[in-house]
Amino acid sequence: MHPLLTQALGDTLRMVGWSAAVTVAAGLPLGVLLVLTDRGGLLRNLAVNKVLAAVVNLGRSLPFVILMIALMSFTRAVVGTTIGWQAAVVPLSVGAVPFFARLVETSLREVDHGLVEAVQAMGGSTWTVVRKVLLPESLASLVAGATTTVIALIGYSAMAGVVGGGGLGDLALRYGYQRFETGFMWVIVAVLVVLVTLVQLAGDLAARAVARRGRTSAAPRLRLLRTGAAPSSPSAPSTT
Amino acid sequence: MDTPVITTTALRKVYRSRDREITALDGVDLTVREGEVYGVVGRSGAGKSTLIRCVNLLERPTSGTVEVAGRDLTALAGRSDRAPAALRAARAGIGMVFQHFNLLSSRTVQDNVELPLEILGVTRRERAARARDLLDLVGLADKARAYPAQLSGGQKQRVGIARALAGRPRVLLSDEATSALDPETTRSVLELLRDLNRQLGLTVLLITHEMDVVKAVCDSAALMKGGRVVESGTVAELLATPGSELADALFPVGGTASGPDRTVVDLTFHGDSATRPVISRLARTYNVDVSILGAAMETYDGRQIGRMRIELPGRFEDNVVPIGYLREQGLQVDIAPEATAEPVTGEPAAVGK
Ligand SMILES: Nc1ncnc2c1ncn2[C@@H]1O[C@H](COP(=O)(O)OP(=O)(O)OP(=O)(O)O)[C@@H](O)[C@H]1O
Ligand SMILES: [Mg+2]
Repeated sequence: MHPLLTQALGDTLRMVGWSAAVTVAAGLPLGVLLVLTDRGGLLRNLAVNKVLAAVVNLGRSLPFVILMIALMSFTRAVVGTTIGWQAAVVPLSVGAVPFFARLVETSLREVDHGLVEAVQAMGGSTWTVVRKVLLPESLASLVAGATTTVIALIGYSAMAGVVGGGGLGDLALRYGYQRFETGFMWVIVAVLVVLVTLVQLAGDLAARAVARRGRTSAAPRLRLLRTGAAPSSPSAPSTT
Repeated sequence: MDTPVITTTALRKVYRSRDREITALDGVDLTVREGEVYGVVGRSGAGKSTLIRCVNLLERPTSGTVEVAGRDLTALAGRSDRAPAALRAARAGIGMVFQHFNLLSSRTVQDNVELPLEILGVTRRERAARARDLLDLVGLADKARAYPAQLSGGQKQRVGIARALAGRPRVLLSDEATSALDPETTRSVLELLRDLNRQLGLTVLLITHEMDVVKAVCDSAALMKGGRVVESGTVAELLATPGSELADALFPVGGTASGPDRTVVDLTFHGDSATRPVISRLARTYNVDVSILGAAMETYDGRQIGRMRIELPGRFEDNVVPIGYLREQGLQVDIAPEATAEPVTGEPAAVGK
């Protein structure tokens, strides 16, 4: 493989890998809190809920490029630099956390409230309900949400070139747009398509493996043909 | 047998929505004694579910108190919305089974049964042993590794019961536990509850809209209407209560007077009076033509109980002597009013969900 390509693929994987890890680590608790603090939730607190929802909506409505520039000084504070793939991880995570949090929220809301009540009737605490009911019962759906998020991150990471983050998208842009080597550009696009397809496939397999244990209805079908890599995210859950 | 295990006092629950208030419970005093199976019946919307959910405080009563096994749960709950540790500990001593089973689909049958024990902090080894014992008890030892999705409704409810018993509760609450099951399965689940009640001395409070359930397993019953308990007592007491709707619904006898100037009499036979030829003696002794409009005979708790609706010629004044004779024979005698109103209870046919 072309050394430039290898380098770019590595950058993309590092960017996406790290930001995905941060996104799941932060988005999961945020999504759980969105559900728990809402009306009818176990930690009902409408003030907190409104603030969290507002933060999430703000994060989701800012275009990624603007986020990346607006966050420069924050990025420097966190990773010590504003260029390179490390610098791209910060805006990527900040952009994806609210997105994933909403997906988590939607997944958790699908859990039958009767299960929550059953555990409460056993004497379970709120934490028990989260750990033994909400998360395990929505695991298949959470895995599917994480897959969608990772694919969205691959799309966003194409813009990381703005901060010198490198990666496949950046390479394609430079060769295709600036040097008119469209042939090479298409090779890169093909690599991106394969990457997204593999992520989707792995995610679907994982979700199916999780769902197969319990009810079968939640298992997503394999969506090999749906390789929409771009930042065109699935419709966002409305916020009310 | 006579110590109360569940006592609710002046229990009220008012649901407030934007513009209106619904009084789901309107001063309910209920006493369930140790070791009995207590059935609560009533029409849809009568407040049955609200009542049973107030017993373990899944629902906060607006006022009134709930005592279970000598502890005032309403006091333990305090003011806040969230359940304090003391209330959670008390809940662990109250088992609950649900109409829709509420088993965790991501866990095996065995792991579902172990869940309450995990919450109680029981060690893995003990949990496994206890779960196996319980699955044995409900006849599902071979399904320990299956997932709930692989079970039939009746099997799921057995798992639900095993899970409810895991923490060795003294009290089992059941909200329409058999309503999603077919009659055959209903019978076997009810038999299981009855066995558990007898073997473990478990006190059971169950909600149902089927009179057959009460007939099959309950020692006592209460009828709810509009958030109130309008009748309650042991089944024998209810049967001995003139004009009891529950007794009527449990042992219905039909039939209306064949014409004016007839006296319709409802008779209830208990114990040995059920086996004596009272009616034929009545006819012979007083030379009256007795016609039988309807009759039902049931074996209840090993004893025969019968109800019969008979018609005597002439108005009540003309029949004072024969009716007196029937009373002397130890029968319970109710004179039916001229036009008997249909009894209103929670029979499914009358409910129309
Ligand atoms: N969460 C709630 N919010 C508002 N009203 C409620 C709520 N739960 C119950 N109610 C109302 O309280 C009343 C009693 O309801 P409940 O569920 O206790 O009836 P039920 O006797 O169990 O009926 P069913 O046989 O249909 O289960 C009904 O009028 C119902 O609409
Ligand atoms: Mg109900």
